[in-house]
Amino acid sequence: MAYTFTPISPRPAPVKTEGAGPWIKRNLFSGWRNTSTSIFLIGLALYILPGLADWGLFQAVFGADSDACQAARGNGACWGVVTEKWRLIIFGRYPFEEHWRPALATFLMVGGLVVSCIRWFWKPWLLFLWIAILAIFFTLMGGGIFGLEPVRTDLWGGLPLTVMLATLSIFLAFPLAVAVALGRRSNLPAIRTVCVLYIELIRGVPLISVLFMASFMFPLFMPQGTSIDVLVRVLVGITLFAAAYMAEIVRGGLQAIPKGQLEAADTLGLTYWQTQRKIVLPQALAMVVPSMMNNFISIFKDTSLVTIVSLYELTGALSLALNSDVNWRPFKIEAYLFITAIYFIFCFAMSRYSLWVEKQVAVSRVR
Amino acid sequence: MTSRTPNKKKTPWSWRSRAARGLVYQVVALLLIGAGIWFLAYNTQKNMETRGIQSGFDFLGQAAGFDIGEKMIAYDPSETYAKALWVGVLNTLRVAVIGIVLTTILGVLMGLGRFSNNALVRGLCYSYVELFRNVPILLQLLMWYLLFVEVLPPPQAAWNLGDLVFLSKGGLKFPSPVWAAGHAWLALGALLGLVGGLAYRRWVQREFERTGQDRNRWLVPVVAVFGGALLGWFLGGAPNQWSLPEQLAFMVDGGIAATPEFMAVLIGLTTYTGAFIAEIVRGGIQSVSHGQTEAASAIGLSKRQQMRLVVMPQAMRVIIPPMTNQFLNLTKNSSLAVAIGYPDVVSIANTTLNQTGRAVECIAIIMVVYLTTSLGTSAFMNWYNKRVAILER
Repeated sequence: MAYTFTPISPRPAPVKTEGAGPWIKRNLFSGWRNTSTSIFLIGLALYILPGLADWGLFQAVFGADSDACQAARGNGACWGVVTEKWRLIIFGRYPFEEHWRPALATFLMVGGLVVSCIRWFWKPWLLFLWIAILAIFFTLMGGGIFGLEPVRTDLWGGLPLTVMLATLSIFLAFPLAVAVALGRRSNLPAIRTVCVLYIELIRGVPLISVLFMASFMFPLFMPQGTSIDVLVRVLVGITLFAAAYMAEIVRGGLQAIPKGQLEAADTLGLTYWQTQRKIVLPQALAMVVPSMMNNFISIFKDTSLVTIVSLYELTGALSLALNSDVNWRPFKIEAYLFITAIYFIFCFAMSRYSLWVEKQVAVSRVR
Repeated sequence: MTSRTPNKKKTPWSWRSRAARGLVYQVVALLLIGAGIWFLAYNTQKNMETRGIQSGFDFLGQAAGFDIGEKMIAYDPSETYAKALWVGVLNTLRVAVIGIVLTTILGVLMGLGRFSNNALVRGLCYSYVELFRNVPILLQLLMWYLLFVEVLPPPQAAWNLGDLVFLSKGGLKFPSPVWAAGHAWLALGALLGLVGGLAYRRWVQREFERTGQDRNRWLVPVVAVFGGALLGWFLGGAPNQWSLPEQLAFMVDGGIAATPEFMAVLIGLTTYTGAFIAEIVRGGIQSVSHGQTEAASAIGLSKRQQMRLVVMPQAMRVIIPPMTNQFLNLTKNSSLAVAIGYPDVVSIANTTLNQTGRAVECIAIIMVVYLTTSLGTSAFMNWYNKRVAILER
């Protein structure tokens, strides 16, 4: 038998699946449907984007020159309105010469928030840091001591107000939320009913009606002769509102604790409060941190509503700054885009962070 | 927690028992809450007396004296506050119902878009979600409204689409049929078609379960509904009077108008809530494990069948409850319409409040309206949720 060596033809090189080329082919032009969608969308972008760039950049007026803005109206954006008014938009009615105070105060508060997001700082003294931050914040904003000129709270406005309302209401809402969540799962019927009523009532009505209540009805609630600052009233309103939503989040965490753990705690002879403090809450609260972050984001956005009860936070300060000025009033859109960017940066950063926390929590659960 | 309740028969009564303590806690809590409420109510009453504020709902019968920009029912300023508030409630419901339908469509499309095999579509859906949900809804409403009143042409130079639809600062105008008795027949025909179509689908399901033979479940019902409507229309004498919008010197007349305020509120609420719904839909679909899809392909289901029979039923269970919350949020957010002057119930209650000074009553009315709609919506969605939920052991 004679073996004849017949070479088989070489295999084709493996299809390249990595790199930009194949990615584009797979994700943009993998079939006739995919290809036509891509072509349509690219065409749409080519149709819209040049005009938009022209309006926003090339034809836009950046200097604080209202005549130039008027001339460019319809063709180019007038970012001059931001150049001219940004301090009024960010700090509202706060006295102009004193703007460094709210700037510093806001910087501190935001710094505190950022620091609280970093794992290394999750230590007991963070609480004291926050107390210090709040004390400095209110001293700077309110003045009256250390030679700082006193500034009435109705002059506070803009970004400091937004950041303060959101942060403070979340802090104040947290203990209330935990208490109400525990109450809702309690086996004492009267306490449970009260908690359910509170949660469902608040969650069933819009924030704006709670704010109306804070601004119109609180003055009637108080004993005669006492008057409460409108800022405090609104803060109480937002806190009560936020607490109801947060209580439901905490309840979700409480429900996720297996019943066996409670029974084990009972067996060990722990009291109700010991069980909650040492077994249930540490686990439940860690689990709900991402949802809490989302709640914080929504409260941050919701603070924009206080403008309806005439507190001039970011949105309100903008209307205040522009409505009184005939020269700049026509360029509100540009100013709106400016504060949209501010809100977006804050909220987007927080939502990215919340995603990161979610991943961390998931990692801790996988063993 | 029920495990904590001691067995009553065995434990003798004692002040130190858990039951007794529980009772004491509850009584104390209720007394504290009661005292708080009494304190507030007492102060309120005293304050109202000194300030000469009247209370009670008798003002509802008085003439309102203000006009309302848009209304679904006939109303004029000489009518009562009660009627004015009812007009507001209807306006709120109108924007909420239309908004819920539109936002569901938008949100589901955007959520499914995240799974597209086209990177541009994925990127577009992602940017939509991130952009719209990270900006306050109030700001979005204000911007939409500003776009409507600044960018659009004045009514004398309205954008015109085939002489049928006009868009200008005055709002969107489109043709509307002139109401005739024949339209009732049309509605009746469509309804009968719908009932027939649903019955057909049940029959198909039964046949499928009995013989394993599947039929198209959409063709016949859709034909039945439209056929029924058409038949009813002919039976009703085929009324085909249309009120067409028409360009006049200074305005667009005729047809049905959607005011800029309404359009701004509707678009703002739809796009904002749509971003949240897109995320919910995406999360729901992702929650179905990949093994399920693989198993479905292994038994030979097509891509569409996989989606319809395997992925969706399980995803729905995750999607429906948060979706309900979003619908409720949309309804509650419609209260922000007050900021741009859409006459919803909050706006009208606010005007009433300013005119009559009955703060407590007006705010109570707002709250009751929203509580009712919220509870109604969640009752309906809970019912629907029960239907789609997979029965668990």
